[in-house]
Amino acid sequence: MPANEVQNKQTHNAGVFDIRNIIGALLGIYGVILVLMGIFGDPETDKTGGPNANLWAGLVMLVVGIVFIAWSRLRPVKVPETTD
Amino acid sequence: MTWPHSLTIGAPPVLASDTIISAHVVDYLIIALYFVFVLGIGIVARRQVSDSVDFFLSGRSLPAWVTGLAFVSANLGAVEIMGMSANGAQFGLPAVHYFWVGAIPAMLFLGVVMMPFYYGSKVRSVPEFMYRRFGTGAHLVNSLSFAVAQLLIAGVNLYLLGTIIQALLGWNLYLALVVAAVIVLSYITLGGLSAAIYNEVLQFFVIVAALLPLTLLGLHKIGGWSGLKEQIASAAASNPDGPSAAQQLSSWPGTALTGFSSDFLSVVGIVFGLGFVLSFGYWTTNFVEVQRAMATSSISAARKTPIIGAFPKMFVPFITIVPGMIAAVMVSEIARTKAGEDVTGGAGGTVDYNDALIYLMRDLLPNGLLGVAIAGLLAAFMAGMAANISAFNTVFSFDLWERYVKKDREDGYYLRIGRWATVGATVVALFTALLASGFSNIMDYLQTLFGFFNAPLFATFILGMFWKRMTPTAAWIGLIAGTLSAVLVAFLSDGTLGAISIGVLPLSGQGASFVAAGAAFVVDIVLSVIISLVTTPKPASELRGLVYSETPKEDLVDEAEKTLPWYQRTLPLAGVALVIVIVLNVAF
Repeated sequence: MPANEVQNKQTHNAGVFDIRNIIGALLGIYGVILVLMGIFGDPETDKTGGPNANLWAGLVMLVVGIVFIAWSRLRPVKVPETTD
Repeated sequence: MTWPHSLTIGAPPVLASDTIISAHVVDYLIIALYFVFVLGIGIVARRQVSDSVDFFLSGRSLPAWVTGLAFVSANLGAVEIMGMSANGAQFGLPAVHYFWVGAIPAMLFLGVVMMPFYYGSKVRSVPEFMYRRFGTGAHLVNSLSFAVAQLLIAGVNLYLLGTIIQALLGWNLYLALVVAAVIVLSYITLGGLSAAIYNEVLQFFVIVAALLPLTLLGLHKIGGWSGLKEQIASAAASNPDGPSAAQQLSSWPGTALTGFSSDFLSVVGIVFGLGFVLSFGYWTTNFVEVQRAMATSSISAARKTPIIGAFPKMFVPFITIVPGMIAAVMVSEIARTKAGEDVTGGAGGTVDYNDALIYLMRDLLPNGLLGVAIAGLLAAFMAGMAANISAFNTVFSFDLWERYVKKDREDGYYLRIGRWATVGATVVALFTALLASGFSNIMDYLQTLFGFFNAPLFATFILGMFWKRMTPTAAWIGLIAGTLSAVLVAFLSDGTLGAISIGVLPLSGQGASFVAAGAAFVVDIVLSVIISLVTTPKPASELRGLVYSETPKEDLVDEAEKTLPWYQRTLPLAGVALVIVIVLNVAF
């Protein structure tokens, strides 16, 4: 969408309140916590049957979280102004 | 373990030793983060709620991928996750019928055939469509039964949530119930449907993040799919009273699931009873689901909502039923239960199949992932309950209060009523939570409710949408007679209504629900046709947008959709989904 059209319609970016940013933030934070647990915590391989589950799951969540935030950056949602 | 035991917080040591899972600080941190996000969404959504359409229908502005995921998530509640993993543990693969024969075809039908009428007629709820098409009688039956059913199901969800919090974290059951109810209440009253839908989308990802690693770890540990099959075969061989390995490892004919002795009848029961009557009744007329589609910006997005939802929905069995099957051979408590023992433990005192997931989490997940898993379960419980309550408050405000109690007030008045209805519904759900405790297999209980309320509804809707001759009198008599015949079948069957059933018909379990729903459907259709022929129909001028033959084609489709690429159009998407689900049915 061209910039002038956006201005005419009195819109602004949904920004941090875009649901994709919220999903991305939560999954990203979970990813970081799990990766840290995977590196510094006990991998409890007797439970998992071998793999360092926290590390792998954490990395995947981190990537998915980043993808969501990148998606919302690249294709921002325009919401109509309601304040004025 | 690196975390010393003294770091465990929450319950005192005496209670902590009674919990199934020992959560550590990091797990609590992950759970707490989730709740911060949930409440944060409610507060953010509040800033955008300025009138009642905002509150009840999200201002009809959400994109289809958001409503599509919410559509799935609204149904991916506690009952679904615990119930389906329980079915997986108990019956094995035949439980996939709830998805591939049950849900998907009905969701596609909703998007392709029925949604244009719902969205195009600009009604605010499914019962309101009933009002426009058939007037007061059918509308009252529909909106009252829907409202009551929502309160019951919200209560079931809440009860499960309470027992799980008690079992996992060692909280008192009543405290857990109240805390959970207050959290759901606060985000819905603050943000209305937008908050509920945004949270559902978030919940979807948290639920997947919880269940996918669990499934993969379980499969890895047991030696993959072939390892699972071997284990199930050897467990079934040592337990000749239960379903055989062949019955558990092939979805057809599913005799263990239906309880029918004949293969042919079992297939008919699954395809007609579950696939057609129960599922179409549930997915196409249930306002909890349809409401998500109504929150979109165009008829095209509304139609795509259930179709986009169908794609993730197809793969939900792999993260619910498969872990259930794994738990039945890998978790000693569940395996012993399946072998016929009474095992002490679980969420209810004695281990049952509903505990399968929790035990599997205990056995497989390290602290950290365990926190994500618990957050996912809590998310699922709240998703279900929030969906029920947000649908309830719309029907209560528009269909009951505005239509029959206080007409023509200003918009803000109904917004306030909606908020109070939410509070009232939560309180009632708290009490129904206690009512739900008498049933061991949650799916049975839920199916029983669906059979009573939804099966005749689909008959009335589909006849009313395509047969302009159908009269208002036929609609309400058909609905009541259909519902009563379902109750009658349940009453005559063996144990469907617990101790009330007298056992004259040799039907039990899920099979009895299929037959009850089938009876409701047939009775409704037959009576509606007969009564329509002897009573006066509505004039054709009032049926535009409501009946197929009286509605111009351009009202039912979105012209702008032709300009979109094929993968954003309704029919090609539905076709792709149908092909995938047929492949899945053949493959398993």
